[in-house]
Amino acid sequence: MPTTRRQFLSIAGGATVAGTIPIVTLRPLEATPATLSTAIRNVVGEAQIRTGKVKLDIPPLVENGNTVPMTVSVASPMTANDYVKSIHVFNEKNPQPNIGNFYLNPSSGRAQVSTRIRLADTQKVVAIARLSDDTFWQVGADIVVTLAACTEEMN
Amino acid sequence: MAALINVPAKAKRGDVIEIRTLTSHIMETGFRHTADGALVPRDIITSFTCRYNGTEVFRADLFPAIAANPYLSFFTVAKESGKLEFEWIGDNGYSSTASASITVE
Repeated sequence: MPTTRRQFLSIAGGATVAGTIPIVTLRPLEATPATLSTAIRNVVGEAQIRTGKVKLDIPPLVENGNTVPMTVSVASPMTANDYVKSIHVFNEKNPQPNIGNFYLNPSSGRAQVSTRIRLADTQKVVAIARLSDDTFWQVGADIVVTLAACTEEMN
Repeated sequence: MAALINVPAKAKRGDVIEIRTLTSHIMETGFRHTADGALVPRDIITSFTCRYNGTEVFRADLFPAIAANPYLSFFTVAKESGKLEFEWIGDNGYSSTASASITVE
């Protein structure tokens, strides 16, 4: 929803009067913690991120967060003029927000990448694709993890 | 150092082929502690590259959130017969390579 400067100021002013700090950010997806937004902004910059085109195949419930199969695919003809430049995958609650960056080109033929990832907690995973026209498309998935990865003690 | 590479031995020119790679690596996150509280230093693969007859066709940056023994699957168009070369680069000077050949008709 586009907000005019006047609307913004009246909302911000009202919130300050009410004793709360107004937080106005371009949030890629709702309720994402700051580290995730920062990591996404580091890749995307100021560009707008639209929802769609990207598909994230990941189990909604995993018992072991140490190895979670994941496939990201992007609807793209993968021609010289219209292809996926890169796919970036992020998480919300691991110690570090990045999962992987994958760089493709027209000779990839199909914009699809699979790997296995670690998830430290029940959380959201976000995949963002950068197309050849430098537009960004994203999708998010919520995953419930019963056994966490990454931070457990070594035996 | 061991790596498993799955590339079709033969393909028709213009076919989109799937390449699957698996390499053995601990992918220590650098966030784990031993029982007596010492931090286990990070030891991961940070970069993977696939070259098809010398041209880069796929590259990935890996982070600690990639599971141990990194598995990667991706696609490329079979253009000509030749060699696919794979390279993994990581912390502490880790480097490993593998290759596979393909016949394109």
